[in-house]
Amino acid sequence: MKLQVNQQDKNFEGDPQMPLMWYLRDELGLTGTKFGCGSGLCGACTVHIDGKSVRSCVTVMKDVSNQKVTTIEGLSADGNHPVQKAWRAANVPQCGYCQCGQIMNAASLLSENKNPSDDEILAAMQGNICRCGCYQRIFGAIKSAVKEA
Amino acid sequence: MKTHNSQALIKNVSRRNMLKGMVGTGGLVLAAQFVPSSLMAAEYKTGAGGMPGGVVWDPHVFVSIGSDGIVTIVTHRSEMGTGSRTSLPMVVADEMEADWSKVKIIQAEGNEQKYGNQDTDGSRSIRHFTQPMRACGAAARHMLEQAAAVTWGVSSTECRAENHQVIHTPTGKKLGYGELAAVAAKLKTPNIRDVELKDPADFRYIGKGEVQITDLRDITMGKATYGQDIRIPGMKYAVVARPPVVLGTVKTYDEAAAMKVPGVVKVVKIKSTPMPAKFAPLGGVAVIADSTWAALKGREALKVTWTDGPNASYDSEAYKAKMQAVARKPGKVERNEGDVDKALAGAAKVVEREYYIPHGAHSPMEPPAATVQIKGGKAEVWACVQSPGGTRGDVANTLGLKEDDVTVHVTLLGGGFGRKSKCDFALEAAILSKEMGGAPVKVVWTREDDIHHSFYHSVSYQHVTAGLDKDGKVVAWRHRSVSPSLMSNFMPDPKRESALELGLGLIDTPFNVPNLRLETGEAVAHTRIGWFRSVNNIPHAFAMQSMVAELAAELGKDPKDFLLEMIGPPRIVDPRKTVTSELWNYGDPWDTYPVDTARTRRVVELAAKEAGWGRELPKGHGLGIAVQRSFLSYVATVVEVAVDDEGNVTVPRVDTAIDCGFVVNPERVHSQIEGAAVMGLSLAKMSQITFKNGRVQQSNFHDYPVLRIGQGAMDVRTHIVPATVDNPSSGVGEPGVPPFAPAFINAVFAATGKRIRNLPLGDQLKKA
Repeated sequence: MKLQVNQQDKNFEGDPQMPLMWYLRDELGLTGTKFGCGSGLCGACTVHIDGKSVRSCVTVMKDVSNQKVTTIEGLSADGNHPVQKAWRAANVPQCGYCQCGQIMNAASLLSENKNPSDDEILAAMQGNICRCGCYQRIFGAIKSAVKEA
Repeated sequence: MKTHNSQALIKNVSRRNMLKGMVGTGGLVLAAQFVPSSLMAAEYKTGAGGMPGGVVWDPHVFVSIGSDGIVTIVTHRSEMGTGSRTSLPMVVADEMEADWSKVKIIQAEGNEQKYGNQDTDGSRSIRHFTQPMRACGAAARHMLEQAAAVTWGVSSTECRAENHQVIHTPTGKKLGYGELAAVAAKLKTPNIRDVELKDPADFRYIGKGEVQITDLRDITMGKATYGQDIRIPGMKYAVVARPPVVLGTVKTYDEAAAMKVPGVVKVVKIKSTPMPAKFAPLGGVAVIADSTWAALKGREALKVTWTDGPNASYDSEAYKAKMQAVARKPGKVERNEGDVDKALAGAAKVVEREYYIPHGAHSPMEPPAATVQIKGGKAEVWACVQSPGGTRGDVANTLGLKEDDVTVHVTLLGGGFGRKSKCDFALEAAILSKEMGGAPVKVVWTREDDIHHSFYHSVSYQHVTAGLDKDGKVVAWRHRSVSPSLMSNFMPDPKRESALELGLGLIDTPFNVPNLRLETGEAVAHTRIGWFRSVNNIPHAFAMQSMVAELAAELGKDPKDFLLEMIGPPRIVDPRKTVTSELWNYGDPWDTYPVDTARTRRVVELAAKEAGWGRELPKGHGLGIAVQRSFLSYVATVVEVAVDDEGNVTVPRVDTAIDCGFVVNPERVHSQIEGAAVMGLSLAKMSQITFKNGRVQQSNFHDYPVLRIGQGAMDVRTHIVPATVDNPSSGVGEPGVPPFAPAFINAVFAATGKRIRNLPLGDQLKKA
């Protein structure tokens, strides 16, 4: 099967039931997509398929046939997507592990909704756990990214 | 100092004589203590010299300068989110007058002889290494000045380092650090007594909070590398089926079925270790494969059956009843002042309360992972470990190698919270690499593995009895703590809290009560108990601070005023003569870090003031307050809750005051306190690990919930008590957690009149 990852054509011949996350991490070395729970409960593995955020740990390879996958490594060429910039300006991360998933999820939210309300931001980010507890800064960063955009 | 042993906390505790030394003298002989001449008066002693590896401050170890002027600073503590990886090099850079934009940070491998203690635990990085890293940077500055003096043929007194260059003050000529690097590198490190530290007024970075964490950009771009992310050419992937009951053993498994899974290359049985097992793997059956996915499929195919062993009947409900019964009977006296029995017998009123705090799992967002490769009798480890020095020793022991033949590369840690102090996952990788003839093997833990096989935060039952006289004054305080001990990993189960665990916020009870007795009751460990961010401070603070609020309610007094009344006047509380065995003061000297109720009071008053204590609140809202001294810092928290008609609780605002002595990076203190509120709310409101038939009943974030965004603690305000550099720095990573749960529960009481004594809150407020 064929797919695109970060705008590059890929060919995949392995187990069609393998979650996309392991393909990205183990085969392509795109380790910005993090393994957190394996069950779609924490959001650390969030990537975009055709711009919409999905949990790559519960999205199997056969379902991404001919799809366009974007990972954190492909979100922007220089790391200066407005959400990434907002994250740095707000000093969001502590350990940093969940942040790629958070950023991917927030970027997808803002691409679909240019001016989300507070409740819409919280609802959209519910699936992304941060055990360090950076939530108030995550919320602040998204709000400032909305303003900047 | 160096033996094949690992965890420094434990090492210090197991050295009983060291502890004893601490009680009597209040200070140890600190081999590597710093007394830079300029700060003789201000310098203070810490326990750093008594830790494995002690302290190293030599700039030849930590600092190198390229001819391009890039200053490379080694950071030797593990980074799990506190920011120490950045903050300690920042201290060096400031003292050496380096321009932060020209500083590169590299992570030390595990080598405590070379770098000093690396056990990133116990909220010690800033506390123990601010002074040595200042000395390191200042010595480097002297050497650069001397290098310029040699180059120019002038006296070094005429040379002054400033912002990445040295200036010849009489002439104004300048040489950049890059131009001086080669000469400076050949100079001897000055004597510590000749090292002159900067005037704090000249700090560029220390105390400012403007330096961002060094990995910030990489983190936002997916380039930061954690233990789970390691990739080595030729690497195999392994997962392990571990016994669901601690001390269980493998009965049967289907190796052939696992080997049939495409990509599986080997199935290896790992033996269990009897307790005390320290950090030895739990045992089980490993599946090694060409990919994580194949290893996971192979593990499913194993269909392992188990012999459960002696812990098969561990049941949280039954154990709770057992602990309650123990807590209702006299225990072993740990600290005794006055005559509690007599005072209780003569009291006008006796108030008796019980509190229960369940097991917890750290569940860092990155589940444990480690990679090991063995080549030519030498092992290399890549792992997210909090204690790379200890890991090095344990891997060497496991493989029968000398420590010198083991290199531990420390990745970033995707959270730690104490879980990654225990290197069982790295030892699994070592065993499996050996089985594969030394090929690199990465052991991946899944979330289920993490929750099923943690070193759990100890379950605890707390029984507090207070006697009031006819004027409503508390004349007797008896606190019994019953909790299985983490020492059961390291010695035959002591069946009660050790000196270390009592030191975690019970033995230093600050209350101004004439008759006071602290006791422990017997509790046998039936699982692996481990330290979890702030450890026994959680149950101890929960009981003490809930009880104070309960007494305030009994007496019809304001909880904040009554808390201050219980703390009493500003004074040093000195339990050294009233403890029955040992007083553990977080491994640090008493004289530097006594129990100072002026500081306890100050944070209570500050938090209350900033929170607007007593302000008018909307319907359904309530304020609660609690304070705890932990990790030698003083933290008070005021939590505001909002409870709706259905009993749903949110936390609209939190105000936390922290006195942690001198602050190196206030911005990271804020982030730690914000995070502590989130973790505190998780454990107070929703998270618990329970056992049935010896097995953990939870498995992932659906049944072990942790706080999600918007569920509270979104407005955490941190108020730092200002302190100059001569005020000993104390812990930050952990101390934010302990006061949160009691402040939250006290707020729930204020809002609803309902007193919660069993954590987590769960649905206890829900209307039926």
